[in-house]
Amino acid sequence: MSSPALATTVLSPDVPWLTLLVVWPLVAAAVLWALPGGTTPDGYSTGARRWSRQVALGAALVEVLLGVAALLAFDTLAAGTHQLLETHAWIPQLGVSYALGVDGVGLALVLLSVVLVPLVVLAAWREQDSGKVPTDRLRHYLALVLVLTTFMVAVFAARDVFLFYVLFEAMLIPVYFMIGGFGGPRRRYAAVKFLLFSLAGGLIMLAGVIGLYLQGPGGEQGFLTENLIGTDMSTGVERWLFLAFFVAFAVKAPMFPVHTWLPDAAEQAPAGTSTLLVGVLDKVGTFGMLTLCLPLFPEASRWAAPVIVVLALISIFYGALLAIGQQDMFRLVAYTSVSHFGFIVLGIFAFASTSIAGSSFYMVNHGLSTGGLFLLVGFLVARRGSARIEDFGGLQKVTPVLAGVFLVTGLSALSLPGLSTFVSEFLVIVGTFPVWEAAAVIAAVAVVLAAIYVLWTYQRVFTGPVRDDLATTPDIGARERWVIGPLIAIMLVLGFYPAPALRLVDEPARTTVSQVGVEAPPADMPMLDPEEGSDR
Amino acid sequence: MTEFIAPDIAWAQLTPILLVLGAAVVGVLVEAFVPRRARRPVQLTITLAALAGAVVAVAALWGGVADTGGTDVLLGSVVVDGPTLVLQGTIAVLALLAVLVIADRTATGEDAFAPQGAATPGSGYEEAARAAGLQQTEVYPLVLFATGGMLIFPATGDLLTLFVALEVLSLPLYLLTGLARRRRLLSQEASMKYFLLGAFASALLLFGIALLYGFSGSLRYADIATAVRADTGMDALLLVGALLVLVGLLFKVGAVPFHSWTPDAYQGAPTPITGFMAACTKVAAFGALVRLFYVVLPDLRWDLEPMMWTVAIATMAVGTVVALVQTDVKRVLAYSSVAHAGFVLTGVVALTQSGITAVLFYLLAYGAATVGAFGIVSLVRERGAVRAAGGRVTSGAASGGVPHVEGATATSGAAVATAVEVRADADDTDGEGAEPGEPEGPVLGEATHLSQWAGLGRTNPVLAGTFVLFLLSFAGIPLTAGFTGKFAVFTAAVEGGAWPLAVVGVVASAAAAFFYVRIIVLMFFTSPQGGPQQPVTAGSPDVADESGADAGARAPRAGTVVVASQGFALVAIGACALITIALGVVPGPVLDAIASVAQLIP
Repeated sequence: MSSPALATTVLSPDVPWLTLLVVWPLVAAAVLWALPGGTTPDGYSTGARRWSRQVALGAALVEVLLGVAALLAFDTLAAGTHQLLETHAWIPQLGVSYALGVDGVGLALVLLSVVLVPLVVLAAWREQDSGKVPTDRLRHYLALVLVLTTFMVAVFAARDVFLFYVLFEAMLIPVYFMIGGFGGPRRRYAAVKFLLFSLAGGLIMLAGVIGLYLQGPGGEQGFLTENLIGTDMSTGVERWLFLAFFVAFAVKAPMFPVHTWLPDAAEQAPAGTSTLLVGVLDKVGTFGMLTLCLPLFPEASRWAAPVIVVLALISIFYGALLAIGQQDMFRLVAYTSVSHFGFIVLGIFAFASTSIAGSSFYMVNHGLSTGGLFLLVGFLVARRGSARIEDFGGLQKVTPVLAGVFLVTGLSALSLPGLSTFVSEFLVIVGTFPVWEAAAVIAAVAVVLAAIYVLWTYQRVFTGPVRDDLATTPDIGARERWVIGPLIAIMLVLGFYPAPALRLVDEPARTTVSQVGVEAPPADMPMLDPEEGSDR
Repeated sequence: MTEFIAPDIAWAQLTPILLVLGAAVVGVLVEAFVPRRARRPVQLTITLAALAGAVVAVAALWGGVADTGGTDVLLGSVVVDGPTLVLQGTIAVLALLAVLVIADRTATGEDAFAPQGAATPGSGYEEAARAAGLQQTEVYPLVLFATGGMLIFPATGDLLTLFVALEVLSLPLYLLTGLARRRRLLSQEASMKYFLLGAFASALLLFGIALLYGFSGSLRYADIATAVRADTGMDALLLVGALLVLVGLLFKVGAVPFHSWTPDAYQGAPTPITGFMAACTKVAAFGALVRLFYVVLPDLRWDLEPMMWTVAIATMAVGTVVALVQTDVKRVLAYSSVAHAGFVLTGVVALTQSGITAVLFYLLAYGAATVGAFGIVSLVRERGAVRAAGGRVTSGAASGGVPHVEGATATSGAAVATAVEVRADADDTDGEGAEPGEPEGPVLGEATHLSQWAGLGRTNPVLAGTFVLFLLSFAGIPLTAGFTGKFAVFTAAVEGGAWPLAVVGVVASAAAAFFYVRIIVLMFFTSPQGGPQQPVTAGSPDVADESGADAGARAPRAGTVVVASQGFALVAIGACALITIALGVVPGPVLDAIASVAQLIP
């Protein structure tokens, strides 16, 4: 904002930045699909389609610029209120509006999405590594990534419950094809499992959406979130509606015991897909809990909090323990995510502004660190053709740089001080402590487990004697540096100087707490039977 | 009392019906007087013009009805009000699209109908007719008669007209069902079943009409409604009569337990007719049901509710569950249409103003996807063994995609211009590059077994993608018409106090998504033709295999081809896809238009 004149004219909040962010990737995807050219018999693109990768990357970078512009147009001093508002009637007969707008949390997640997309495009650059020309499959894949970007941005910016639901469901379709069409040998099974879990959760939410609308004020804007917040409803109805929403979000997040689709999907999907799936899409679940469940159903949220906190604790430990036992690195990272999502949910349902701010920040950091881990595992798979830990060993002598970035990203996943995840995990635990003392203590113990799954994996893959068949493994290349470099840079910057990010999430957290209406922290944690469960 | 007073009839209000029925009569004359060579173009022109004219006529009547709310015509036998016009418009548009699919002879040069309907299957007479290259054109007037009946059905204002309209729409459909070119025994069996069960349902309807007449002394809806309110002390007569009439209508919409004809008729009928029947009949029958339920029987609400709820729940549950184990794509779509009847019923029993709008919108959304889906099914064919090349059987693996046909035999006739054979190779996505010159077998009937659809998404991405769109609409995925419809119907149901129905509907939708998704998996993520992993056939009994019916027509399965359309079917499928997307993304204007006139007059 060096030039005030430019800032006021170009970066004005009146420009529909969010719509631009939503529409641009869709246009780019259409361009990719419409590129003239043909296909050689062995599947390579000819004609203009040879430039599909460059087109996709260019579009993704423009999307990043649009995201930065939105950030500049956003008034960070009023991050607690929704800004960049756009409201148009969409289906007024059903009370549905095309209403976009972000508060600090929404904006942070939009930025996370648009930052990850070019990295995913770049990571997929040589998906089938046998020439300078991209395959036609890659073109379809990149187009699907761009379509998904549209839905990701829109869902974090939706200010209309119906619109949110529509995007929540519609984004399953590109992901479904991204897993099922481009994944590993059991991709069909993984894709269908993913879709059916999400669809079932979504349809339960649909029942909740309908019920909520009928409880609400109705009218042509009856689905606008701000019109629905504060709706007066009976306790029983509120609790049912809360459950309908929460189940959908728990599946998406994913929380124990409805997480079983995630390891399969992450194992079978290409690394880039897993990055977006776990790094961004799963945040829709926790984002929904934060921005819909809590403000819309405050009483029911408080009512359900004890059980949810217990489930979150189970998720934290269960995910971490299973991660330790995994042989497949994609599955391992997926299970660490289950653990991390437990932290995020714990922070949200502690109803303290510190912990909620921590959870919001955690969502962004988790996207960076887990996304980075998936991409790095993808690099390893590209070298070895396997994601199994036992197939690796002693790589740090052969590929020191790759080992280094893997270690940094892994340390970020275990919340080492100096890296951004530490700040958020610390905030969650500190914020939770006065409210759920025991829960905070138990959660803190899980950090030890995180150290085990990260360091033990590093030890088995990178240390020890160099295996003969790995002796000529190439180290990280220029393209791969550009994939992982930005992520590590952001993690370090936000680790040492988290203030700008915290400014985005702090005020929304206070707003949420006031909406939930928690006056004083509950005195003591009620005794509850932690449900024991087993994974498949 | 001897003086006859000529009724004053507002003929203009009947234009859509008169146009279609008049064209049907002209079509019969064309069969008699126009030389065979010219019949098809003439019939096609007349049919399309009549249906387009009906659409225009509906549009022309719209303004008047929107102002006045509607009028009685023919002394109250026909009621032209908002819902009537919406339904007539929907039926005319869907029939127009369905006729395009019916008219398409594809690159094989053959339509979907038996050359001589009267010929015994497998007889020399039939073979002679086939060899002579005879093609049906009576189909067009038959479709027009059925459409005419459908246009009257939702507009009826008395019970006798209801019955007559029912028969006018049903009889041509019974006939059309039996006219399939391939698998003729199956087709005739379906026709027979449909006819017998249909006749049974008609008898029940007629009996119910008699009882209602005995109760009220009138056949007019308005008079019966008055009598219902008046409490004449003959409740038994009224209840039994109403139940029987409802059963007759529920049979036509294919609601459980009156659905048993649906899968057989849908499977046996020529596929373009199945699309026509599935879409238009359902629209018409639901139109009649809504009128009866909202105008005549609202005061019986508490008496009928247990039955209607049971039927709606059973319809959703049975349709969904049974569809899960089907192996024939036409039967899957048939059972899915049963499930959809259940979804629409939840809107019907809501008995609210928004319920009418929701039902009308749902029918349009469902009809468009149905016509399109069956249109695509009609293009996916199986390829038989090569007879010309010394009994050698081409398999998918042996011959690559050859862009032209060399070993065409008498039955396939013309060249299949752009047919690309599905290849057995899993990871090879392109359909070109094999050595040309391999002979290929003749193109046979539709490849309806689900396993034959494996890998279609790789060889024909656009066609398969469009089919996916229709499936997603059936499944109710957001941004398709089906979602908007489902949402509107469930909202209306909850508003009308029928929230258990909405809950069952949501659960059924989740289960139904499974079999739609299964077809998508099959088309896009499975290798063609019987790879080791066949999620479809494994473990489920092959309900649809009619090997006993006429095994002769089914040569060894040697491959699946997509025949090129003559253009008609493509236009229809494209239009259906456009409607499906448009009603999903911007449903506002259509919902608005329907809601503005969704007022039934007694």
